[in-house]
Amino acid sequence: MPAQAPPFERFYEATRDEIYRYLVRLLGRQSAEDAFQETFLKALRSYERLAHADNLRAWAFTIATRVALDERRRARPEHDLPEVAVSDTRPAFAELEHLAGSLPRTERAAVVLRYGYDLPYADIAAALDSTEDAARQAASSGVRRLRRKGAA
Amino acid sequence: MTLPTEVDERFRAAAASEGLLDVAYDVADSPIGPLLLAASGRGVCRISFDPDPEAALDKLARAHGVRILRSPRPVDELRHQLDDYFEGRRRDFDVAVDTSVLPAFQQLVLEELARVPYGEVATYGGLATRIGRPRAARAVGGALNKNPIPIVLPCHRVVGSTGSLVGYAGGLDRKRALLALEGAL
Repeated sequence: MPAQAPPFERFYEATRDEIYRYLVRLLGRQSAEDAFQETFLKALRSYERLAHADNLRAWAFTIATRVALDERRRARPEHDLPEVAVSDTRPAFAELEHLAGSLPRTERAAVVLRYGYDLPYADIAAALDSTEDAARQAASSGVRRLRRKGAA
Repeated sequence: MTLPTEVDERFRAAAASEGLLDVAYDVADSPIGPLLLAASGRGVCRISFDPDPEAALDKLARAHGVRILRSPRPVDELRHQLDDYFEGRRRDFDVAVDTSVLPAFQQLVLEELARVPYGEVATYGGLATRIGRPRAARAVGGALNKNPIPIVLPCHRVVGSTGSLVGYAGGLDRKRALLALEGAL
């Protein structure tokens, strides 16, 4: 039998910090605050209808990614993006992450989800509403682009 | 980097004001110890002497739904009225209560219980008689023992036929403190 969704408070407490950090990486601090609220209000709206609770973490990333990709409310200058790499990233990625702000949005999300959060490609595909292959491609072309920028 | 407190609080307030919660709860201080206060869309559905939400969350979820979140505003009015009660400024509570998820017999008992006035006591047998079930004193005791909304639904005002305090889910010390506050001891 699939696991029942836990009381929302527990899900929220377990995911809020990580989702907030993720949104800050994608959008910068200011837009991340609005996107954060939107993400969890959306989660709350569909929480009751969740068929199972097998992978709530990936589900939260999916919603956050869609909110972030939809976030076209204002043009953001690149320097609004966080410059300092967050400590839970892999070193190689952390060295390049400050450049991730210049990537196309889908590539940026794929790269951050894969190398910043270790999400499997199946979950990244769900987040990006694409196939696993497309998610893999977005991440790897993002990384190539970052390496070129890092080398430049 | 953790979530800034104001962003967290803004979300919790928005979740409640958009009507997305099955249950909102918070913890309040009181002279008889911290209390967990919870409200559904229909009214106050839980007051617990165990302030640790972990103990209550699953039970609330089963009874009311999984969309449960700590969010202070929906229980603010109750919190203020409790403060006034403990300060001796209030004798009756004016908040909606939600007993809809309880068995019919327990609802009946709690409805009758709510009529026991401030500062007075009733007996289990007396309550049983008032609901037309004079031989059901023991069942009445059971229904009161599982009263999910103590203080507001005043099960502390029900004592044994000899006037002994008998029992209280929150412990006899609390029962004594509440009756003393009301001048019934």
